Amino acid sequence: MVSFIKTFYGVQFRMLSYIIKRLATSLVTIWMVVTITFLLMHTIPGGPFTREKALPLAVLKNIEARYNLNDPLWKQYTDYIQNLARGDLGPSFKYQGVTVNQIIAESFPISAQLGLASLFIMLFVGLPAGIISALRQTKWQDHLAMTLATVGVAVPNFVVATLLMYIVGVKLGWLPTARWLSWQSVIMPSIALAGYYTAYVARLTRSSMLEVLQQDYIRTARAKGLPERVVVYKHALKNALIPIITYLGPILAGILTGSFVIEKIFAIPGLGEHFVASIGNRDYTVILGVTVFYATLLVAVNLIVDILYCFIDPRIRLGK
Amino acid sequence: MNNILEVKNLSTSFFTHAGEIKAVRDISFNVGAGEAIGIVGESGSGKSVTALSIMNLLPYPGRIIRGSVCFAGTELTNLKERKMQLVRGNEMGMIFQDPMTSLNPVYTVGNQIMEPLIRHQKLNRGEARNKAIEMLSLVGIPGPENRLNLYPHEFSGGMRQRVMIAMALCCKPKLLIADEPTTALDVTIQAQIIELLKDLEVNINTSIILITHDLGVVAELCNRVIVMYAGSVAEKGTTRDVFYNPRHPYTWGLLKSIPNANAEQKERLIPIDGQPPDLMHTPAGCPFCPRCAYAMQICAEDQPPLYRLGEQHRAACWLLHPSAPRVERGR
Repeated sequence: MVSFIKTFYGVQFRMLSYIIKRLATSLVTIWMVVTITFLLMHTIPGGPFTREKALPLAVLKNIEARYNLNDPLWKQYTDYIQNLARGDLGPSFKYQGVTVNQIIAESFPISAQLGLASLFIMLFVGLPAGIISALRQTKWQDHLAMTLATVGVAVPNFVVATLLMYIVGVKLGWLPTARWLSWQSVIMPSIALAGYYTAYVARLTRSSMLEVLQQDYIRTARAKGLPERVVVYKHALKNALIPIITYLGPILAGILTGSFVIEKIFAIPGLGEHFVASIGNRDYTVILGVTVFYATLLVAVNLIVDILYCFIDPRIRLGK
Repeated sequence: MNNILEVKNLSTSFFTHAGEIKAVRDISFNVGAGEAIGIVGESGSGKSVTALSIMNLLPYPGRIIRGSVCFAGTELTNLKERKMQLVRGNEMGMIFQDPMTSLNPVYTVGNQIMEPLIRHQKLNRGEARNKAIEMLSLVGIPGPENRLNLYPHEFSGGMRQRVMIAMALCCKPKLLIADEPTTALDVTIQAQIIELLKDLEVNINTSIILITHDLGVVAELCNRVIVMYAGSVAEKGTTRDVFYNPRHPYTWGLLKSIPNANAEQKERLIPIDGQPPDLMHTPAGCPFCPRCAYAMQICAEDQPPLYRLGEQHRAACWLLHPSAPRVERGR
């Protein structure tokens, strides 16, 4: 028992030191993202106050001075990093009197709802579909699920979105076509966003499950007289999940970036919509702020996936 | 001696797209209580399929097409899957060839040993844990209390095979089927595992079916031997019969191909030339005929019956027919 506790704390300690190490490298990653975005952003021609009808030079100078845009680039950069370190993402150049922090706080919850709903669909439709087709291999359930999955992987999300809008929204009138007004507004965008990943997860689960069911340890489990339910859901599923979890990081990244397109199509006032608009507007602080926010989110999600990984596969040792 | 297992005229085939593969063809044998029998033969001779047929664990598209498997008075071939689950792992244990892949990598060894105990013996977790510790020390794993919480990858191959044995025997089965239990292990570990099986046969009083292509292992452990070739029985009898008085040319070939520890340096191993027959198109006559140095006309035309040579000793070879020419076993 004592040695058990020792191993247990050993594992905990290793995990903690791993997490600290990962957090340190994450800071470097985010710093690089900030720097590269900052430089790229300033190489794009035009600026936040470029208009078709040019402003008088004196006015432009005044505005630029107001936002410190007339400082040398390195000064702007160091100022930005200092503010960032304090968690201040600065004011929006485009929207008067609104800070980037406010924009994110206001619009991210909407994007998060959309993302979580998609994730939910992906896990609760994709996984079961994959398991069922593996268990009913070559039967009609398998053919149905895999035909749908192939279509799902092949058709891009903006096509799914437009078709849904046209059929379910316009023709049938069951769901609102656009905007973010009630819980019903969540359904179509999240299906459009989750479609590809649900299909992908279903196919991945099926092939992973089929492979695991061939393994010797599954035969061992059957030879122990365990009922098929236990063989499938205890012995096979946990092993079959390993490759799916590996893919979870890229999937989450895809759902985040995919939401740019979907939010635009469905006119959802989420963060993706602001991000896309900010680039057109050369709204420097919004571009940087949202990029930093997304980068941080992705790094965090990947860290969580990697930690989840060790819980499911004991052969993976962290921090080595 | 009353029989714990009676296999009668068992035939198992795999129905593939290319056709029916007759993996096991009409084999019969008994296993007495507390007895160890060996099934030997080369790869593809139907040894493992026989074992999986007994366990009712044939992988798709395999099916028992004829015959009966009677275990402790129960006919297993037509038993419902639910009933069969109560036999497997409880009254009949099985260990497999490759211990590296036969344990589930994502559960602890303790968890996996406790499963059949909780399921079949209705023990609670604490009792099952104690029993698992007891089993691990029985199969010679030192410090079982701590090992219980380890995962299979933290064990060596020999240790994993010990775990497999502990798992198969934890419910004190009447029959243990060991399918090439030493093939994937080092020679020194092989000897330890055979020694362990020998002890356990006595300690737990279980019958053993040992499937192997290692004749040395059979001589060490088994009372009786069945020599299989191309899915059917070539020769069977007591270990003494088969090793000292073999009557089938295939058995002669097998015995000649064993390396001899006392051999002169230049002595070479003598392989049996040729390949076993394609089981999709089984020959009309004796399956060993094309490789047999003593083959006669009839061997290619008709399947030889199992000739009775002694109380236990049987061999399927036309040379044993009264009117066949007498041949000397080649040296």
